Amino acid sequence: MDPRKIIVCRCENVSLADILEAIDKGYRDLESLKRYLRIGMGPCQGRYCLVLTARILARKTGKSFEEIYMPRNRPPIVPVEARYFLKQPVVEG
Amino acid sequence: MGYYYMPGDYRIIHHPIIDFRRGRRIRFYYNDRVVEAYEGESILAALYAIGYRVFSYSPDGRRPRGAFCMIGKCSSCLSIVDGVPNTRICITPVREGARVYSQKGIPEIPHKLRVEPVETKTIKTDVLVIGGGPAGLQAALTLADEGFDVVLVDDHPRLGGQLVKQTHRFFGARRFYGGVRGFRIAEKLSKNVLERDNIHVYTQALAYGFFKEGVVGVAVRGGKPLNLIVKPKAVIGSTGACERTILFENNDLPGVMGAGGAQTLMNEYGVRPGDRAFIVGSGNVGLIVAYQLLQAGVRVLGMAEILPHIGGWFVHAAKIRRLGVKIYTKHTVTRAIGRDRVEKAVISMIDEKYQPIPGSEKVFDIDLLLLAVGLQPNYSLFSQAGTVMKYVPEIGGLVPIRTYYMETSVKNLYIAGDASGIEEATTAFIEGEIAALTIALKLGDDRSGVEKRRDQLVDYLWREYRMSPVVERARRGKLKVTVSEEDMEKIRRGELDGF
Repeated sequence: MDPRKIIVCRCENVSLADILEAIDKGYRDLESLKRYLRIGMGPCQGRYCLVLTARILARKTGKSFEEIYMPRNRPPIVPVEARYFLKQPVVEG
Repeated sequence: MGYYYMPGDYRIIHHPIIDFRRGRRIRFYYNDRVVEAYEGESILAALYAIGYRVFSYSPDGRRPRGAFCMIGKCSSCLSIVDGVPNTRICITPVREGARVYSQKGIPEIPHKLRVEPVETKTIKTDVLVIGGGPAGLQAALTLADEGFDVVLVDDHPRLGGQLVKQTHRFFGARRFYGGVRGFRIAEKLSKNVLERDNIHVYTQALAYGFFKEGVVGVAVRGGKPLNLIVKPKAVIGSTGACERTILFENNDLPGVMGAGGAQTLMNEYGVRPGDRAFIVGSGNVGLIVAYQLLQAGVRVLGMAEILPHIGGWFVHAAKIRRLGVKIYTKHTVTRAIGRDRVEKAVISMIDEKYQPIPGSEKVFDIDLLLLAVGLQPNYSLFSQAGTVMKYVPEIGGLVPIRTYYMETSVKNLYIAGDASGIEEATTAFIEGEIAALTIALKLGDDRSGVEKRRDQLVDYLWREYRMSPVVERARRGKLKVTVSEEDMEKIRRGELDGF
């Protein structure tokens, strides 16, 4: 199996190879991997990829899965168009 | 511009169980080509029905992406609809004259001369129910029966949650719809909910945040857009679950789909998801979907199960084996092959460490590779609200700690259904009703012996329903996150070890 063709995060197109490389570079927890690779920061907000990433991290670092996997969500927890939060019309130009 | 015919028509005309009554014929535009569709279909379902399989590309524009979750959770179908980029076309209904464009990677910010704010409306209610599946519907009806005012929001265009795509008869007690097909239960409960004056329903409505004092923000997209600020006395989060995925080569190729996604296409919209399928995972979902694919006229070339034994219930497995579907135990998928859509699946036998054994590969010519590798609760509302949570593999993943009455560590925030940990729909009904009755009791209603009814239900759930050996694993999982009210008070004060 070619790790460059195994997609962990569809939203940000992060492959298994990307994650393994990043861990080797020293990004050894979920939060720093998120910041470095944008994994879990796309439209699905980590719904599919974070659990997979945590498992990869646990295997590579020897830490326990429970210790690694504690995703935090911030509002808005789903993508919402900015016009929902406008107070007055935005005019361009 | 003009008509463009795609090869094949995937709409199901004859089905042994479902009579697909299609709505009015309408036309919309996809990449400037006219597409005919039926009212009530989602944009993606209408496009899939005429043969489209690629709906977007990875942000670098290189990897095509197809339908995957079909319930507005993943990012594989993001498109531009009437000028709005990043729209999930799997949950956006078709509309006469709509202009839909496929999106390559990250879209440009729309350049409009003027962007009007969406109206913000603040409403007060007794209880806000987030998610209109089995748990949410049962909760809303129970509360309405007790005379409370309820707001029910759901991100899908219609109510029913995942019941709408269940064609089999449910097990369990008759009081909880045992013996009735899932989609019929959805029809019945949704009709009851819509008839109540004291349940206010918002569909295509996304709860985007849980704020101070239990205020919840909801982006309403169906009909007139509305930023709804709901101020309830209590909230029930019945946000359901989504499918898990696994790692193998080209696991993002169009045609690699969640098993539930295929169910949505064939059972909700009457669209055949493919011609030749292979299924990964032999739990109940995999087994049921195999049977439903056969009913929809799809050939099932086989199933792979990583464990040495079949995961799901014997009744379901026996049914599909009788129909000649082979289940390869101790096997997993290692590769999907294809250019713009899946053409072959490669499976391998695995060793004791679950690693593929070289030389044991088997190749299947397919156009559909379904992943039935488990569900995980939709935790984001609860994690954002700050509930104390725990990872419990037996029930699918991260879930909030809750009392026997379904209240989380955030006061007045309740949980019910698959969001609380994966189980059968029967438990979703029961948990929804327990949460509803507890809130009714708290808001000062004991006219009809609410407390007694609630306690009887808790008793039935734990001492009867969950005692069945077939749900033993789920029971064990739920026990790990269910605490007494006294212990919950300690957890809230940070005084209980281990939480």
